[in-house]
Amino acid sequence: MKSMWQRAALVGMMGAASQSALADYAYNLQPPVSEVARDIFHLHNLIMMVCIGIFIVVFATMFYSLVKHRKSSGHQAAHFHENTTVEIIWTVIPFIILVGMAYPAAKVVIEMKDTSNPDMTVKITGYQWKWGYDYLNDGVHFYSTLATPREQINGTAEKDPHYLLEVDNPMVVPVGKRVRLLVTANDVIHSWWVPAVGVKQDGIPGFIRDAWFKADKIGTYRGQCAELCGKDHGFMPIVVKVVSEDDYRAWVAKQKGSAQAAAADNGKTFSRDELVERGEKVFQANCAACHQANGMGIPGTFPALNGSKVATGPIAAHIGIVLHGGRPGTAMVGFADRLSDAEIAAVVTYERNAWNNKMGDAAQPADIAAARGAVVAAAPAAQ
Amino acid sequence: MSDAAHAHDEHGHHAHPTGLMRWLTTTNHKDIGSLYLFFALIMLFMAGSMALLIRAELFKPGLQLMHPDFFNQLTTMHGLIMIFGVIMPAFSGFANWQVPLMLGAPDMAFPRMNNWAFWLLPVAGVMLLGSFWLPGGAVAGGWTMYPPLFIQGGVSYDLTILAVHIMGLSSIMGSINIITTILNMRAPGLTLMKMPLFCWTWLITAYLLIATMPVLAGAVTMLLTDRNFGTHFFNAAGGGDPVMFQHIFWFFAHPEVYILILPAFGIVSQVIPTFARKPLFGYASMVYATASIAILSFIVWAHHMFTVGMPVAGQLFFMFSTMLIAVPTGVKVFNWVATMWKGSMTFETPMLFAIAFVCLFTIGGFSGLVLAMAPVDIQLQDTYYVVAHFHYVLVSGALFSIFAGIYYWLPKWTGHMYSETLGKTHFWLSVIGMNIVFFPMHFLGLAGMPRRIPDYALQFTEFNQIATVGAFIFGFSQLIFLTVVLKTIKGGAKASDRVWEGAEGLEWTVPSPAPYHTFETAPVVK
Repeated sequence: MKSMWQRAALVGMMGAASQSALADYAYNLQPPVSEVARDIFHLHNLIMMVCIGIFIVVFATMFYSLVKHRKSSGHQAAHFHENTTVEIIWTVIPFIILVGMAYPAAKVVIEMKDTSNPDMTVKITGYQWKWGYDYLNDGVHFYSTLATPREQINGTAEKDPHYLLEVDNPMVVPVGKRVRLLVTANDVIHSWWVPAVGVKQDGIPGFIRDAWFKADKIGTYRGQCAELCGKDHGFMPIVVKVVSEDDYRAWVAKQKGSAQAAAADNGKTFSRDELVERGEKVFQANCAACHQANGMGIPGTFPALNGSKVATGPIAAHIGIVLHGGRPGTAMVGFADRLSDAEIAAVVTYERNAWNNKMGDAAQPADIAAARGAVVAAAPAAQ
Repeated sequence: MSDAAHAHDEHGHHAHPTGLMRWLTTTNHKDIGSLYLFFALIMLFMAGSMALLIRAELFKPGLQLMHPDFFNQLTTMHGLIMIFGVIMPAFSGFANWQVPLMLGAPDMAFPRMNNWAFWLLPVAGVMLLGSFWLPGGAVAGGWTMYPPLFIQGGVSYDLTILAVHIMGLSSIMGSINIITTILNMRAPGLTLMKMPLFCWTWLITAYLLIATMPVLAGAVTMLLTDRNFGTHFFNAAGGGDPVMFQHIFWFFAHPEVYILILPAFGIVSQVIPTFARKPLFGYASMVYATASIAILSFIVWAHHMFTVGMPVAGQLFFMFSTMLIAVPTGVKVFNWVATMWKGSMTFETPMLFAIAFVCLFTIGGFSGLVLAMAPVDIQLQDTYYVVAHFHYVLVSGALFSIFAGIYYWLPKWTGHMYSETLGKTHFWLSVIGMNIVFFPMHFLGLAGMPRRIPDYALQFTEFNQIATVGAFIFGFSQLIFLTVVLKTIKGGAKASDRVWEGAEGLEWTVPSPAPYHTFETAPVVK
């Protein structure tokens, strides 16, 4: 009933649009792949039908009156202006309808809130502007960033089918497992939302909230950050790949392998060219959102790096800001626990040698390890 | 009484400044009402232009016209100005013009405070609009001002906090004036339960303002000290809680959305009986329903926060209490329909806007009911569904009722009839444009498009294009409204005292235009 109504409304509105384009239109909740998402879908259908029913009854009455009781057709106004019985009836009936709707809704609320007995737990951290995932049972940790190239956003390249809904490292979970999510944030409030599994949970800095889902179908499900979190709020997608148990195990093994490779890099010494080349990639993934690919920043909001006092001043101070962040209250957060020593060395070197900053110096992973300080150095480097 | 009337007379006729000073120093409720309405009109075009820029950027995927940060500035300022600079001042304008006229009072209770209450607004308006030119631009953290994002911004954030304080001060002064006027200055015989419904809705709204504006002031003051003086009210690292801001903010802002709609109920309840030529059905239950909505509005604030991770008992309480609001709101809609039933209806522009109000506001109410369901809300929170919902309530609700009220009382205010042809053209373009903009947004939200994003995935393209076309139709048709208002002020057919055949109430017993000083001798209501 609902989809018919929506389709009718849609066709009515479309006007000039072609019939063939109609099939591609997304106009309802996304196809649910978890029990909770399905319950929400059905709850929404139920409420819509009740609303449409009431709408038709009330406004059919009104339009009948608009047509029949007009002065131009000679209708004389009646003079009644109250009727206690009628007024009591139309207070009590909606109340009963509401109780009928509240009961199934409450059941779903209780179901959603029950995060007990998970098969696995993933901690999700929102950052400006990426997601961090920690698999607490399997020891996997990675960041997930928008993979759509800047050229597509700026309109100089053709857009792919999953424009803005694609990431470099998707979250991977096994099918049919109860996944408990611990959601938090590092800087401002973000919201982790994947419609197909029926989860939207705010990540609040300093607090951990939990949610859960159990995907019952293998596939790739996409969502976006749902809480305004600053400039790149629109560029913070979430991709969840639901895979078989075996594929999940294989994925975990591969993740651990690449983490070891990254840790090995921290012990090496690189040439300046190697650092600059790698640093450019780190910069694009982590820094370009604010400071821009051309290093010019956004005047008044995000400082330029091209010719800045930091990138052309003492290298120790530069490393310090990348590690521990800028002045309190600014959007510049520390990358100490987000990037490895090798990555920080690379990006610092890149920033000091890119654009007009021809400093000619370089930072090595060992310098970063030293700068992390005695206490911080004891913590394992990220990746 | 005669002494008071005499003193008033002298003040009015001897020390009466003209030109600019008349408007700057005026204590006359009609002048102040006009000032509020003009201020709202100017701001409508400002914030409306921002909306068109937003829609232009969203016409197709990709970044075309602006940087994401500027986009966020536009959405934030569009919201702040539409709420605090357009809808609230426009309703204050109606209150200033109509409350004394409807009560048979010579003026507002505190005319000098009335002047102050108005002149604070342009100051705040300039501060808000001027912040676009500050380093870093205007505020970009959303009109909801959530920390910690709101802690990050530049100097314009502090300026905005100050502007919000000033606007709150203005609202509180205005509210004190309206409450005192309504409670103390009614004509002899005009008991509260005989008072026009517009006065009732404003009386209740004024109480809501007095109860909630200080809460907002507290919230933004805490933001200010967090930003500048090292406090940690909303910073978990210092023992605070970012969610506490949301509780405090919505404890203000949920009643605020009723502040933006209750006077609309009042206007529509004056217009519909006039053109149905039949008394308002269920006057008493309308009063009780308005009061119930106001009271309920204080216990539902956290329904804006279902995704922050409330305990299950909290979610259930806020879900049930929110659903309950549908009952008194339904009563109001049924009463309006019953008022039309067996009337003798004509369809002048004010009536057209009032009918559109009843129909479209109800759609906004239904989507509100959908959002009241906590599980469904979790899918729809912060999507375009919410944008569709509150624009149905605030555009086809608050704004259309303002249009209805303007067309309804403009002949009384100016002494001239507006052009019915232009008025109807304005109505049809507005109502069609409005639906083309906002109806597709329901689908966008259901399909998963978040709000407040400058760029979107490809499957949202078509509905966004439709919405943008609608926005330009709706936006540009407001130029017709401007033309109608200016033409009517300049001249036109002479309006009679009782402009509309079915009009009832004290304001229709005085000449059109209403004299500068009315009711120096109180009328007696039997």
